[in-house]
Amino acid sequence: MIDNLTDIRLTRRKALSCLGAWSGAAVVWGVVGGVPRALGMAADIKGGPPKGFTFAQISDTHLGFNKDANPDVVGTLRRCIADLNALPQRPGFIAHTGDITHLSKPAEFDLAEQVFSELRVDRMHFVPGEHDALDNGLTGYLARHGKASDGKAWYSFDDHGVHFVALNNVVDFKAGSMPSLGDEQVKWLQQDLAARSASTPIVVLAHIPLWTVYEPWGWGTADAEPALAALRRFGSVTVLNGHIHQVMQKVEGHVAFHTAMSTAYPQPAPGTAESPGPLKVDAGQLGKLLGTRELIVVRGARELATVDRPIAGAADLAAGARS
Amino acid sequence: MNGAWAPLGHPLGLMFGVCAVALGLGRAYEARAASPVIVEINQFQFSPREITVDAGTVVEWLNHDQTVHNIIAPDAKLASPGMDTGDHVDFTFTKPGDYAYLCGLHPHMTGIIHVRAPGNSG
Repeated sequence: MIDNLTDIRLTRRKALSCLGAWSGAAVVWGVVGGVPRALGMAADIKGGPPKGFTFAQISDTHLGFNKDANPDVVGTLRRCIADLNALPQRPGFIAHTGDITHLSKPAEFDLAEQVFSELRVDRMHFVPGEHDALDNGLTGYLARHGKASDGKAWYSFDDHGVHFVALNNVVDFKAGSMPSLGDEQVKWLQQDLAARSASTPIVVLAHIPLWTVYEPWGWGTADAEPALAALRRFGSVTVLNGHIHQVMQKVEGHVAFHTAMSTAYPQPAPGTAESPGPLKVDAGQLGKLLGTRELIVVRGARELATVDRPIAGAADLAAGARS
Repeated sequence: MNGAWAPLGHPLGLMFGVCAVALGLGRAYEARAASPVIVEINQFQFSPREITVDAGTVVEWLNHDQTVHNIIAPDAKLASPGMDTGDHVDFTFTKPGDYAYLCGLHPHMTGIIHVRAPGNSG
């Protein structure tokens, strides 16, 4: 994998020349020494499939949504699944960062289970989104995905030397404030991390960003600070979120924050519209704003590459939307 | 419980909503017959955000956004189902008081209902 990163760097000059004219192709991000850098277009990556441990992130599938912004969320999800199934190296697992469904309806959860079964991976890990917690709270979500968390919707697991922490920040809401993790969960996180050495790579999964992207729209977590305080002593922390349906990154010390695209519909950039919500774009643009993310973890190195993959064949998607 | 919610997004919902009001709260039914006070949801905002009504009045939230919202009013023990586009939720406020509420999915969306004894709404 180190060789792969070297190859990526060699093509950086070429890649940067392309970034100004965003083409919708996957952009490779390398996090080197805690600083994320746009290293090149995915197609520029040489050296064959990555040799490190990989997993993929999928988010905000919103099954059940059928409005103008995307009347066919199953179709776009299947395009994303096809892209993931076509990766040269099969991901270790898929992490879904919430909003599996749009309305928390049992039929939507059932549909999700059916469509996700088309993924060629051994397992998936989930965190809930607020759209998975409607009406009966997290009952429907936990009935399907609560086993790992003993019914609490937060849990941790280890894979290939990486410690993964899955958090729930979608049920503790206070008026006029951003959502919260809650004291019980923060205390659990502190205890969970206390037993890990500072050299353990940490990946945090949560639906709503753990950094304040845009407070007027509630795009952040009100009590993230004590959670982040418990994470700062680690040499490599990667936080993966969804919720805002667009790629954003931020780095604080050794903590790199990433939000992901949705597979269902885009949302406006923070503050660029009167409100958040589904954004209707030209059919030709939709596929460029939806997609998945592949992450490559290199054991023994604090280098992590993330590859955000808009839906392949966006032109085909546009043609389908017109027909 | 200070009232009853009723999702009215489709014919079945309409039947359930009317039944819930008519069977559960006689005074509420009278208010329902008069006409509900409507709070519209547009662009992630309640409009009007603050209203004053007589006790027994039905307040109806109507969602025009392209995404789902719900209504959470802890002091009124109201936790409505999610409202998709075009759906609405009715709730009858039977006891005087000030009822702050929010959307449980988007907590920056807030509103307040001032419920006064009939004839004392000024």
